Amino acid sequence: MMTATVSRWARVRDSFLWYSFKRDKVAIASFIVLLAMVLSAIFAPLLAPTNPYDLALIDIMNSELPPVGMSGADGAFPLGTDAQGRDMLSTILYGTRVSLMIGFGAVILQAVLGILFGLLAGYMGGRVDAVLMRIADVQLSFSTLMVAIIVGAVFKASFGSLMFGEIAIYMLIFIIGVAEWPQIARTVRASVLAEKKKEYVDAAKVMGFRTNRIMFRHILPNTLSPIFVIGTVQIANAIISEAALSFLGLGMPETQPSLGSLIKSGFDYIQSGSWWITLLPGLVLVVLVLVINLLGDWLRDVMNPRLYKG
Amino acid sequence: MLAFLVQRISQAFLVMFVISMIAFAIQDGLGDPLQELVGMSVSLEERDAIREDMGLNDPIYVQYARFAGNALQGDLGISYFYGKPTLQVIAEHLPATLELVIGASLIILVFSVPIGVYAAIRPQAFLSKFFMGISTVGISIPVFLTAIMLIQLFSIGVTIEMFPTDTGWGAWLNGALSTDGGLPSYGRGDELTHLFGTWNSGFFSSDGLWHLVLPCVSLASIMLPLFIRLIRAEMMEVLQSDYIRYARAKGLSSGRINFLHALKNTMLPVITVGGVQLGIMVAYTILTETVFQWPGMGLMFLEAITRSDIPLIVAYLMVVGLVFVITNTIVDLIYGLVNPTVKLTGKKA
Repeated sequence: MMTATVSRWARVRDSFLWYSFKRDKVAIASFIVLLAMVLSAIFAPLLAPTNPYDLALIDIMNSELPPVGMSGADGAFPLGTDAQGRDMLSTILYGTRVSLMIGFGAVILQAVLGILFGLLAGYMGGRVDAVLMRIADVQLSFSTLMVAIIVGAVFKASFGSLMFGEIAIYMLIFIIGVAEWPQIARTVRASVLAEKKKEYVDAAKVMGFRTNRIMFRHILPNTLSPIFVIGTVQIANAIISEAALSFLGLGMPETQPSLGSLIKSGFDYIQSGSWWITLLPGLVLVVLVLVINLLGDWLRDVMNPRLYKG
Repeated sequence: MLAFLVQRISQAFLVMFVISMIAFAIQDGLGDPLQELVGMSVSLEERDAIREDMGLNDPIYVQYARFAGNALQGDLGISYFYGKPTLQVIAEHLPATLELVIGASLIILVFSVPIGVYAAIRPQAFLSKFFMGISTVGISIPVFLTAIMLIQLFSIGVTIEMFPTDTGWGAWLNGALSTDGGLPSYGRGDELTHLFGTWNSGFFSSDGLWHLVLPCVSLASIMLPLFIRLIRAEMMEVLQSDYIRYARAKGLSSGRINFLHALKNTMLPVITVGGVQLGIMVAYTILTETVFQWPGMGLMFLEAITRSDIPLIVAYLMVVGLVFVITNTIVDLIYGLVNPTVKLTGKKA
């Protein structure tokens, strides 16, 4: 008697993906670090010693305390405090949460846009393809960061700082998602072009299936592995973009900080010697992005999809 | 060839047209120029008269035509903050950014070619793996963070007192891990040499050059890993091709094969991709200039956003758009000229 879950686990255990994962120490280490960071971000409200959003808990007298191990440190604040007296450990936990939320959200949005436009361009071909890919080319030639900065600047100027701060998370997901969709669209298009020549597509056409059904039910599943690979790297890119926008003051406000806005708010105090306010969130950001990139590299080597070579 | 030329240039015009529409939409949608001009005391009738006079009641396409016509004549409005024509403001800030990009490009060129070639020739060597590992880490560090770390290390300085000082090795380790700092991390310095027009250069004085070090290294740090990987990948591909194998079979020395035969064909895609990347560097100058308070276009743009200086924002968009379109078109044309395998009609294979 085999239940569905057991057989599914068996499929995972016998797969090449699991086999190569077990043998790759870098991938295992990256995965463990990433898992730990994601879990501690999800459970930040439980893990964090204080709630950095609660203004009543902040005491300005505690500002700019160094991390434990340096002279003048307070044991209550293991990673020190920032200029407003917020516990660094708590702000970093909450900040990672915000950064991850925006990173995943932006990639989901760009995946939806990219898959839709990529499928359309690749399957329809002709004029649809020409127009969509021209837009993608032009947008990419401007660099996604530039597009994101400009869109962010325009939004901020039209909404005003206060309003922008309140809806910043959704704004950033939207900005980064829209700025980066061409990456995924090009990958999807390239694999759709390869897939649509295959016989199963002809068979589906002969059976009289509608175009939508062929695109989404038949071709899309076969293009998933490159989407996974590029999606992983795109999460890292989205987190960097978010940090860059927040650092420029076009992202999360200081009252609800992401890792980027923590770095920004700490940068003002680096000259006075309080390096931990800016460098500790920076370190967390680098580790987060690095492990995602390493996992992406590993996935690419294992799945070896036909990535679009630009 | 002519068809290719015409197609690329007309595409460039189309893109520029779209950019100008976006810029116009921003100018039209954000802020009311009347509010900037008149005070509270002006009556509604007078406001309407001025509005009519300025052509703000005209149909949208007439307003756009006026905007585009002015832009073609080099008139992109007056900056609210500087009180000067926006293009003049941009021209004053452009040299600082250009020097930053030139300095960073030099660093990239000097380091990426030897490292990339070495990593391609000896992919299994320890040093190659070391460089590739470093470049993976390098890609994962955002440019502003690199800049902040450089400031901490070389401008502020780090004092390490972790190791016991009563032993010789402890004192030595403390000294070896500490840095003095002292490198300038703010602005361009005072000793700028006037070249021509609005170009004041920092290249001709030691003070100016010292101020360039940290910003240029930061800016280069984001592109260097990309270039190393690109050169390595292209070189490895070339090394697998038939003519290299033939050269080996002929018994040519490996130095001659690697540097004369292979490198030449490696550099072609590198130059074209590199051209586009240099354009992309403009986006990163915004971040670098913010960290170092470098008085270039990027910092000017950010300040324009905080000051809601809409004419300056619009002018920056138009100028940067033009820079991107020109670089991309030139890169495309060069690629079409030197690489005969490119389909000249521009159709994707």
